[in-house]
Amino acid sequence: MTSLDGELTGDLAGDGLPPPHAHGRASFWREARWPARMAAVVACALALIAILSPWVTPHDPNAVDLAIRLQPADAVYWLGTDHLGRDILSRLMAGAAVSLGSVAVAMALILTAGIIIGGTAGFLGGRVDQAIMRVADVFLTFPTIVMALFMVGALGVGLTNVIIAIAVTHWAWYARMVRGIVLSLRRRDFIAASRLAGASPAQTFVRHLLPATMAQLLVLATLDIGHIMLHVSGLSFLGLGVTAPTAEWGVMIADAREYVWTEPLLMFWPGLALFISVMALNTLGDALRDRLDPSLRAEHGH
Amino acid sequence: MTSSQSPRRLVIRNLGVETTRHGVAVTLVDDVSLDVRAGETLALVGASGCGKSLTCAASLDAAPPGVRRTTGSIAIDGVEQAPADIRGRLVATILQNPRSAFNPVRTMRQHAMEGPAARGAPAASREQRVRAAMADAGLEDVDRILDLHPFEMSGGMLQRMMIALALASGAPFLFADEPTTDLDLIVQRDILNLLLRLTRRQGLGVLLVTHDMGVVAALADRVAVMDAGRIIETAPVMDIFNRPTHPVTRNLLDAHLSLYPGRSAA
Repeated sequence: MTSLDGELTGDLAGDGLPPPHAHGRASFWREARWPARMAAVVACALALIAILSPWVTPHDPNAVDLAIRLQPADAVYWLGTDHLGRDILSRLMAGAAVSLGSVAVAMALILTAGIIIGGTAGFLGGRVDQAIMRVADVFLTFPTIVMALFMVGALGVGLTNVIIAIAVTHWAWYARMVRGIVLSLRRRDFIAASRLAGASPAQTFVRHLLPATMAQLLVLATLDIGHIMLHVSGLSFLGLGVTAPTAEWGVMIADAREYVWTEPLLMFWPGLALFISVMALNTLGDALRDRLDPSLRAEHGH
Repeated sequence: MTSSQSPRRLVIRNLGVETTRHGVAVTLVDDVSLDVRAGETLALVGASGCGKSLTCAASLDAAPPGVRRTTGSIAIDGVEQAPADIRGRLVATILQNPRSAFNPVRTMRQHAMEGPAARGAPAASREQRVRAAMADAGLEDVDRILDLHPFEMSGGMLQRMMIALALASGAPFLFADEPTTDLDLIVQRDILNLLLRLTRRQGLGVLLVTHDMGVVAALADRVAVMDAGRIIETAPVMDIFNRPTHPVTRNLLDAHLSLYPGRSAA
């Protein structure tokens, strides 16, 4: 615990680095290397496409027209059409909304649960902590995809249940991290000072403990978004999440299975979209970690 | 405050604190009773680790994690109060290590606003009061200091800031937990003078925790001597220095006076 202590705040307090607030958002861009910049651009573009997809898709993503099925790419259908004559590009764009939207909801659930459960465990300590962490251990033991399959099996098929299953299988990592940071800080004098100044436990937690966890939560979340995206698509591919007519990358890959030898591009495009998004988000998470971890920063000297 | 008249007396009664070590309950503070009156400084002295600081913290139910208050109550003007209701409202606290008592990533302004926000003080007057208290605590250039982080300030400045925050709360009682321990001698003297001046002027009731008999001689009106979690002697300050009755008190005095050659305890 002591070594963690030094890592968390000793560096902030001691080695002459300017305080974290002194860095604006602009300096992240200035100091980032080109992969990180590109990742940031791709992530922003994806978010923009996801938000705007109902209005900007070149064709209706669900309009079936068997007369033009399995068209190669041309000026009208930029990436061609699928086995039901639907525009692939439009479906990819609509799929981004489903993928990113479900990931965002799942992530919000995971962060909320992680902060509340981990914070409670760390802050109260003792038996409560022991009980909560043993439950968390159970969740940490299972591979997440197996657990998610089990959850979907129990709850039933559908996007809502997939999101719930993902949240239930991932909260433990976040709870454990929040708990660790809270445990390392809760005996600090400034926590005692805050209590003695009349702050309630909830106020103390929100003002002094939660901000300390934010940097690491943000990094873990960014790195996990790609993973969760694969979960959503994976479960949809297996037919457990989003079901057939809806445009979603996993569903598109599943639909393309029959044509993998004759029309391999059908599978290639949604695969590429997944690859690019996961890659971009992971790179971004890495860059954020380099940026937000003071000890790493001191080593690199940038 | 609850009444228009300022409270006169704070009584800690039969305080007991224990912790668990290797599954065995260990008593850290045993049946401690203290009586702090407005306008008076009660010094709580004793060797390191005898439970002085714990007495302060536990009486306000702010003992560190893993330490429990088993018995005891705190009463103000004869009315028993829930510790959580008087922390920061009727009793302000100054902690012993100013360096670690501030959150390293927050500015003084954020610290200054936290207490009033927790107490639900009117937002408009918050900064005003803190500024006045900072001026009282001898901090000049208030605007610049409010924007500083703890590591940009000296220990003396931080201790003054902590005193300012305690004053700004308007609490009639002050628990000062070794307020000068980590400071150099000149700053110690300044801080002690400051405390003396402010407590006299505002008629605060002070519980001063210290192991430094020099500080006791300078500030205290009455002295309670603590040893191994118990109060062993309570007397006016002159009696403690002139006629110590308990051996532990005599030891403390001898240790202190041995620093000044040519004098010895009575």
